Amino acid sequence: MPFIEEIKAILLLVHKDVMNLKEKIKALKAAFPHTIPVLTGFTFLGIAFGILMNSKGYGPGWAFLFSLMTFAGSAQYLGITFLTSVFNPIYAFLMTLMINARHIFYGISMLDKYKDTGKFKPYLIFGLCDETFSIVCSVEPPEGVDRNWFFFFITLLDHSYWVLGSTLGALLGSLISFSVEGLDFVLTALFIVIFLEQWKAQKNHKPAIIGVVASVLCLLIFGQNNFIIPAMILILILLTVTRRVNVEELAEEAIK
Amino acid sequence: MTLTAMETFIIICLATIATMITRFLPFILLKNPKSSDSYISYLGRVLPYSTIGLLVVYCLKDVNFRIPSYGLPEIIAILSIALLHYWKENTLLSIGAGTAIYMLLVQLVFV
Repeated sequence: MPFIEEIKAILLLVHKDVMNLKEKIKALKAAFPHTIPVLTGFTFLGIAFGILMNSKGYGPGWAFLFSLMTFAGSAQYLGITFLTSVFNPIYAFLMTLMINARHIFYGISMLDKYKDTGKFKPYLIFGLCDETFSIVCSVEPPEGVDRNWFFFFITLLDHSYWVLGSTLGALLGSLISFSVEGLDFVLTALFIVIFLEQWKAQKNHKPAIIGVVASVLCLLIFGQNNFIIPAMILILILLTVTRRVNVEELAEEAIK
Repeated sequence: MTLTAMETFIIICLATIATMITRFLPFILLKNPKSSDSYISYLGRVLPYSTIGLLVVYCLKDVNFRIPSYGLPEIIAILSIALLHYWKENTLLSIGAGTAIYMLLVQLVFV
């Protein structure tokens, strides 16, 4: 029976493929529940974005392309203003850089967690928007679920919701008019719950308090349009100063 | 469309590049965070907590406490989320109920 070995090899390959697929489905199943609030928020905000694009004469193709490539809610809403005024690419570039500066903090926070993600890394970093960051920074995959695929699916699902939502909005245009006022609060609620979860998990509340106090302070001083970068600088300063204190505390404890 | 197709495409590309700079920069600049560089690893440990705080404030930045409704829908919704979350510890329930309460408040109560 000369073919036995080959059949065995083929069966083994098929078995491996099925196992791989099972692993992926398992990761997808584990990832999905974490993205439900984002599904709600992005469907709504995406549709609203699409409708707005459409009302300015930019159809579903443009909404699709913009959401697929940039994948950044607030920057894209701002982007509509660049698309509806005089062509000024440098201004558009700098303003987007400013409004998204907070993403730099997401990267620093995820350096360690995304360290060994291999081929997934470029996409995981590409998709690190507010909502994806808030999920991936606070969850770990359950036992037996592949880490890389888990984080990949969270990012991919969020990305898909956003792209589909905005395309749908541009397609439907102004056809839809149901009362969804306040639905965008779902993303605020998501961040608040993550804040509470983190608060519970951490004994040291200093970083969380610094984040809120520094941001509120800068909001009051610099106003709602210009406070993010000052707030980031103040947060860095306060974290650096309190670290010195922590190091001293540690040293004192070590002596005791 | 105010801009030509080419101009629109250029704006979208630049918005993408600017966004990607902010997302990739830390990973490129701090490519090999050795354990010796404890300041960066310290920031990596504490920044997630500060950043979510910043994000919450960022979401609420347009709330005006001086004009009606004086930020009451936001305050009530946030308190409900906090209470519900400490009681039931169910993430989706807290988010869903909090959002529903907020929608009811802005659509029916504080119109």
